[in-house]
Amino acid sequence: MKTTIHVNGEARSLDLDPRTTLLDALREHLKLTGSKKGCDHGQCGACTVLVNGVRINSCLSLAVMHDGDAVTTIEGVGTPEHLHPIQTAFLTHDAYQCGYCTPGQICSTIGMLSELSAGAPSQETPPGAAPVLSDAEIRERMSGNICRCSAYPQIVAAIKDAAKVMA
Amino acid sequence: MSSVHDWTPNNPVKENRSGLIGKPVDRYEGPLKVTGTAPYAYEVQPPSPPAYGVMVGAAIAAGRITGVDIAEAEATPGVLVVWTHLNAPPQAPRGTKAHPRSSAGSRPALESDRIFFFGQPVALVVGETLEAATAGAHRVKLTYAADTPDVDFRASLDRAVSPSGEEDIEVGDFVRGFTSSPIQVDETWETPIQNHCQMEPCASTVWFEGEKCIAHTSIQMVKPAQHGLAETLGLPRDDVHLLTRYIGGGFGGKGQTYDDLILAALAAKALGRPVKVAYTRQQMMHGTIHRPATVMQVRLGAEKDGRLNAFSMMTWTHCHREGNFTEHASNFARALYAAPNRLTGHRLVKLDLPGAGPMRAPGEASGTLALECAMDELAEKLGLDPVELRIRNEPETDPENGRPFSMRQLVRCLREGAQQFGWDRRLPTPGLVREGRWLVGMGMATAIRGNFLLPAKCSFTVDADGVITVRQGMTDIGTGTYTVLAQIAAETLGVPLGHVKVEIGDSEFPPAPGSGGQFGAATAGSAALAAGQNLRTAIAELATGDEASPLFGGRPVDVTFQDGVIAIENRSETLASLISRAAPEGLTVEGEIKPAQDAREWSQQTYGGHYCEVGVDPVTGEVRVRRMLGVFAAGRILNAKTARSQLTGGMIWGIGSALTEGNAVDTRYGSLINQDLAQYLAPVQADIGDLDAIMLDEVDDKANPMGVKGVGELGNSGAGAAVANAIYNACGVRVRDYPITPDKLLAGLIAKGL
Ligand code: FES
Ligand code: FES
Repeated sequence: MKTTIHVNGEARSLDLDPRTTLLDALREHLKLTGSKKGCDHGQCGACTVLVNGVRINSCLSLAVMHDGDAVTTIEGVGTPEHLHPIQTAFLTHDAYQCGYCTPGQICSTIGMLSELSAGAPSQETPPGAAPVLSDAEIRERMSGNICRCSAYPQIVAAIKDAAKVMA
Repeated sequence: MSSVHDWTPNNPVKENRSGLIGKPVDRYEGPLKVTGTAPYAYEVQPPSPPAYGVMVGAAIAAGRITGVDIAEAEATPGVLVVWTHLNAPPQAPRGTKAHPRSSAGSRPALESDRIFFFGQPVALVVGETLEAATAGAHRVKLTYAADTPDVDFRASLDRAVSPSGEEDIEVGDFVRGFTSSPIQVDETWETPIQNHCQMEPCASTVWFEGEKCIAHTSIQMVKPAQHGLAETLGLPRDDVHLLTRYIGGGFGGKGQTYDDLILAALAAKALGRPVKVAYTRQQMMHGTIHRPATVMQVRLGAEKDGRLNAFSMMTWTHCHREGNFTEHASNFARALYAAPNRLTGHRLVKLDLPGAGPMRAPGEASGTLALECAMDELAEKLGLDPVELRIRNEPETDPENGRPFSMRQLVRCLREGAQQFGWDRRLPTPGLVREGRWLVGMGMATAIRGNFLLPAKCSFTVDADGVITVRQGMTDIGTGTYTVLAQIAAETLGVPLGHVKVEIGDSEFPPAPGSGGQFGAATAGSAALAAGQNLRTAIAELATGDEASPLFGGRPVDVTFQDGVIAIENRSETLASLISRAAPEGLTVEGEIKPAQDAREWSQQTYGGHYCEVGVDPVTGEVRVRRMLGVFAAGRILNAKTARSQLTGGMIWGIGSALTEGNAVDTRYGSLINQDLAQYLAPVQADIGDLDAIMLDEVDDKANPMGVKGVGELGNSGAGAAVANAIYNACGVRVRDYPITPDKLLAGLIAKGL
């Protein structure tokens, strides 16, 4: 099936087996292996990418469903030479160890910060109040991204720091 | 004969002139990891498009395959190859070591019709695409003759026997000491099977270049993987080039290879093209090793002042029928608390479960969940503070064998932790602190983990730009190996960190044992220090012997190394100018570390104290970890940032062990019930409150030439017990069957009438 997906600002035309997930299209067809496969079942968040600015688990979505969509992967967030402030903060705070969950954590952070600034409440948001970037909000909103190395405290610190830089 | 005293002389790491040792520098490979550009095994781009292999797991735990129908699988569009035991390529019989010095024997895949555990790989389907191979794998039809699986651990305790070659260790007369003690604790704890759940499932990408097999895989130890693959394929060992540059977590579970590697290699050979094979998350649960369940009985007999008179810890555990792994959960206790009468040992039963094996802090992780809670119970019976109880039982020398401790700062860890955590605010009577719907309590526990040094080599090359390249067949599973090797190299050669390259995870580099048992940094790092010192000597000799060098004619021992400049007093030149002129091809030397033969004359461990505050909701049984602090003493710290991360990561593993992690066995089928990350509950961000780790200043000169020790497992040891003790302090319920899930806690709360 022919599909065109705008990946990291570039139109990429693919002829795909319709069973191909967005994650496998990125990793195996476009060689964008920054998005990771931790479970292939929407349970770990390692495959998190942004579709039209919204974070999703790319393993749970078929690539052909994204014809015409704008997809941002970790490769579109920053490069080793030009790191995004969130990437810099992950480095500085050592918010990773093996690094396998990290691209997903970073893409998820981008999505989470925009959800938060759009006022989307979480379980930690007091009813009627606008959400603020507290530790509790970060922990709640980032719980879809498992880090088995358990860099959780460092991830919270990195996100708070990055949010300050980005503000 | 080597001795720890050989390590006494000064060396560049001890001198630390540039201050790089211990410095919290960012990870060497960090920019690649945060940008997704570090290629893990499945992501390495082979020279031509790969085919995709998908494995099929056995649907029974014990028995035979009686029927194989692969016609439909073979007819699936895009499928290239379908293999079962009937048509898999020949491999060397299991355990073959054609080369007598191989560090691992043959591990054939699809070996026979015999099934040894549920989920055992029984077929491979290779397709043009992952989708084709997956569809084909669903169409492999196998029929089985199933034996009744013998998998019920708790029903098998009577059959458990001492592991082969092991005996119980008794000092004094335990029974007499125990029965004559005025205060006694005699309780039994249970821990479940746990899965490593590394975020990167095991995966391999393999191709052949002529006769040579190029294998990228995700593995903690390079040499056994290389040798095992060569033995299985019947290749000379040098014909296997095994690489493992980035590893998405190991935790002990990737200490051995699995069938992904063997099958990818066989298929690559058969198809003449690169092949990638990965375990699915579901396949990881059965197909790779797990931490086995335990039952642990702890008996403590104390005098009224808290001094232990008798101490016993007995562990029952299981391993695979064909295996010989023992979860040595009683071992650490032998070196922990003083008591004249002591009895420790293990009982092992072999079952038709998947393979049991090491998982982060094997032994300590399970054992502290029992002993450190038993100490809490004893403290309560004595009316003594739990910290004070431990201090009263602090031994002068190793309590079992009388050997001196190389270095033991346990009491300092406990005291500093108590002070920084605010332990004095804890009320000893449980259930007295209420905040809204939460009952709040504090608990503490000791951390202890052995320290080891293994043989390793390393090479250092200096090139004409003055850049140092470190090469070692070592791995970095998230532990920080790349970074600490870079720090050691830069400090040793007096160059900026940016002038060091680190290349590891390659079987063609000087061998190192890899990552495991928290011996990695000490072992690999000591070999790197030796290589660095040898390179210093080589450079000094080159400079002082080179007429064109300002250092010519000086004594090599007088040469100093600082900021990329070599000097004898005020005569100097840059390293780059010397090498580009006198050795333009570069200069390579090797270094080596061996364990000291007298190292065992000292009892050597790493230590710590955990402090935890939890909230317990008495209505739902929910537990929240609100605060946790660990204070640790683990020798010289090479990198304060990555070491802290390892310790906090280990502490969070302890929280998982205490509250959520465990896999149940379906005794009907011999399968594990939790088969993915939605069911197996590893901690997530919302499970963790404020949590930190502090490291005490320490140098252990009996450990290795750098005085460093490991931290990768220490944080896990005792952490779960601190949580369990905090739960008791909060609500007065002791659950001795881990994990402490709301259902178990509620039952206790209801029984207490809460
Ligand atoms: S790989 Fe998509 S959520 Fe785990
Ligand atoms: S860094 Fe290893 S899983 Fe998060």
